[in-house]
Amino acid sequence: MGADPSPSPLALWERGARGVRVLLLFLLCLPLPAPAQPAEPAPTITIGSKNFAESRLLGELFAQLLEARTDLRVERSFGLAGTQVCFEALKSGAIDLYPEYTGTGLVSILGREPGGGSPGETLVRVRREFLQRWDLHWLAPLGFENAYEIAVPQALAEARGLRTLSDLVPIAGDLTAGFGYEFVERGDGLPGLREVYGLDFARVQTLQQALKYQAAGAGQVDALDVYTTDGRLLTYALRVLEDDRGFFPPYQAVPLVRGETLRQHPEVGAVLALLADALEEATMRQLNYRLQEGQESEATVARDALRALGLIAGGKVLNEEPPAEGFLPYLWQQRSTLGTRTLEHLGLTAVALGCGILLAVPLGLLLERRRTVAEPVIRAVGLLQTVPSLALLAFMVPLLGIGVLPALVALWLYSLFPILRNSYTGVRDADPLAVESAVALGMTPGQILRQIRLPLATPVILAGIRTAGVLTVGTATLAAFIGAGGLGEPIITGLQLGDHRRILAGAIPAALLALGLDALLGAVERALRPRGLKG
Amino acid sequence: MLEAHQVSKYFPGKGDADGVTALDAVDLTVAAGETVALIGESGSGKTTLLRLFNRMTTPTTGTVRVEGQDVAGLDPIPLRRRLGYVQQEGGLIPHWTVRRNVELVPRLLGWSRERRRDRGAEVLDLMGLQASDYGERYPSELSGGQRQRVALARAVAADPPVILLDEPFGALDALTRRALQQSFQALQRRLGKTLLLVTHDLDEALLLADRVGVMQGGKLLQLAAPEALLAAPGDPYVASLLEMRRGGFRPSIPPSLGERTVAGTPGSHPGLPKGTLKGGERAR
Repeated sequence: MGADPSPSPLALWERGARGVRVLLLFLLCLPLPAPAQPAEPAPTITIGSKNFAESRLLGELFAQLLEARTDLRVERSFGLAGTQVCFEALKSGAIDLYPEYTGTGLVSILGREPGGGSPGETLVRVRREFLQRWDLHWLAPLGFENAYEIAVPQALAEARGLRTLSDLVPIAGDLTAGFGYEFVERGDGLPGLREVYGLDFARVQTLQQALKYQAAGAGQVDALDVYTTDGRLLTYALRVLEDDRGFFPPYQAVPLVRGETLRQHPEVGAVLALLADALEEATMRQLNYRLQEGQESEATVARDALRALGLIAGGKVLNEEPPAEGFLPYLWQQRSTLGTRTLEHLGLTAVALGCGILLAVPLGLLLERRRTVAEPVIRAVGLLQTVPSLALLAFMVPLLGIGVLPALVALWLYSLFPILRNSYTGVRDADPLAVESAVALGMTPGQILRQIRLPLATPVILAGIRTAGVLTVGTATLAAFIGAGGLGEPIITGLQLGDHRRILAGAIPAALLALGLDALLGAVERALRPRGLKG
Repeated sequence: MLEAHQVSKYFPGKGDADGVTALDAVDLTVAAGETVALIGESGSGKTTLLRLFNRMTTPTTGTVRVEGQDVAGLDPIPLRRRLGYVQQEGGLIPHWTVRRNVELVPRLLGWSRERRRDRGAEVLDLMGLQASDYGERYPSELSGGQRQRVALARAVAADPPVILLDEPFGALDALTRRALQQSFQALQRRLGKTLLLVTHDLDEALLLADRVGVMQGGKLLQLAAPEALLAAPGDPYVASLLEMRRGGFRPSIPPSLGERTVAGTPGSHPGLPKGTLKGGERAR
């Protein structure tokens, strides 16, 4: 451990800043500020990335370069859940820039037909439209394309003589495909392939990027969508099929930046221009490989790349220590990061749950007095619960941008139902005989609620809070998809990089947190149970 | 003291279900210091009739008076505070101690702490429970009979002129019930309250009441002193009720009760022949 340069207090403070802010919010307990950054001495810009390795790496490249060459403070909001979340975050100003691909901009964002057009023409088209419609700027391309391609296992390619996508068409009816979530939906993905090539697979399995390669390696899928620059093409025995009908549009990688950011901080445009044409496909594949298979951090890989380009001299001080062998040493090595993540996670859970209690308990008591509307209201809140949690988080992005606030709102909405239902039924069903005699002896409805129903309902209400708490700890792992941090961060990064240790490093503390919260709330429940009640 | 004049109560049915007539043109008057028992099967309307007086129910038609005042014009909260109330299973508030339960109405009435304490201890004592032993216990730490004693103590704590009792001994085993009925009689002799008692136990009605009202299907079939009722059931239903009683399903009354009846409280010993009850001699 001697080589480990211990992080400075300042760095710790910065890393802990998000958790601290969340806790502060909890203490103030609303009103929450707008998603804008709190006032800070140095102007800050926020860089986003999507939830796959190359996007994170490019985001980190931008970040380190801007940190080295400007006075700006850089916040990283990496691993956002897909194109839509990233784009909405950029439009709303929650992030200032992120790496995007021209083909994706054309097809997924502008909704144009795929196919046709050279890389240059595609870039001009997206530039013009993005500028007119949203004041968003595509800067100079980074020099490589990361196109969608279809790959098949080498053995299958040789056995069936597959070289082009057209070769695949006649036998696709016998094959199982493993495709990414976005690819299955996008116009420049599977739907377009069906239309243009008539490609119909026997089965299509939707898989996380990293898992697709493992599934192909294990012979569980026969075809998968890959990115041109994916480092895993170097390790897995796959053959990339030629797009002989020119279906896939060009996907040049380009920094996509808000016009407002460029005007306020002209240096951003100037510095990022240093990366114009700087990265080749082979280079990117190597860099991605180090990230995906070499288990190196994006910070290290990005710094090396910038040094190799001669764009930074020293780079920032990094933890040079290679990932420790074995799971427990790895956890120990990651303790400070995991501590911060746990703090963030706790903060998210505590604020969401606290606000949930503040709304749902009084609402439950109110509904007990307005029983005719109680069922409809509870059913409506219950409907919120049926919205998949990731979808609820994604809904928040157009409204509130990305980061802690939309995650808190989504988690808060999610926590309401168990608390509301238990509060309502708890006070409604409180010992009917005791309530009846209290009425008959002349207690007012308010006295009955405060002195009888509420104390008797306490164990039931707390049981609801307990359910909501455990639920919130679990759901909060998804908050990382919209850049809110927490223990979901290592889980999602691990998923994107196919790194099981990283997944466990997030999942195990999250599970322990859930168990701990359950035990704590259980103890509170016992402590607050009114004396004289059995059990 | 309590007066119901031509009261009817109709519960409209929900959806296609038929409505229910719980009370059908009932007249009932309970004089000050009198005990009236209402007897009948479940659904005969006896509990509904009782609940009219503290406005737990309002009549569809007819007038209900308490101490001469039409309850329709009264705020139910103060009204209820001057009427004692005991229900089956007591209805004690489970997270309050015995003392707090007993002090419920005095507290609502804003009595001083000392006054509440003294009165609470006094009424517990009346019901055969020492405040020092039982005051700090919770209802779950008491037997069924003890809980019912606390409920009775609670009903009389603020010294209400009227007490409404809805099957107060109904949930107790036979022996405990008899013992409690005795305590209750003793209490009644001392306090001289106006009592309206709902019960499904004919023996209890005959033992405790000055007059017994028999109800069926929302109607008050007959209202008479126990001996008059036994001597001349005015309705085939009342006759069949009395007939059933002679069938010997009832547990016999312990000898102690027999002594008490000799001491001037004509009870309803199942073995006594008709006509030996002398209602007029009942102690108040």
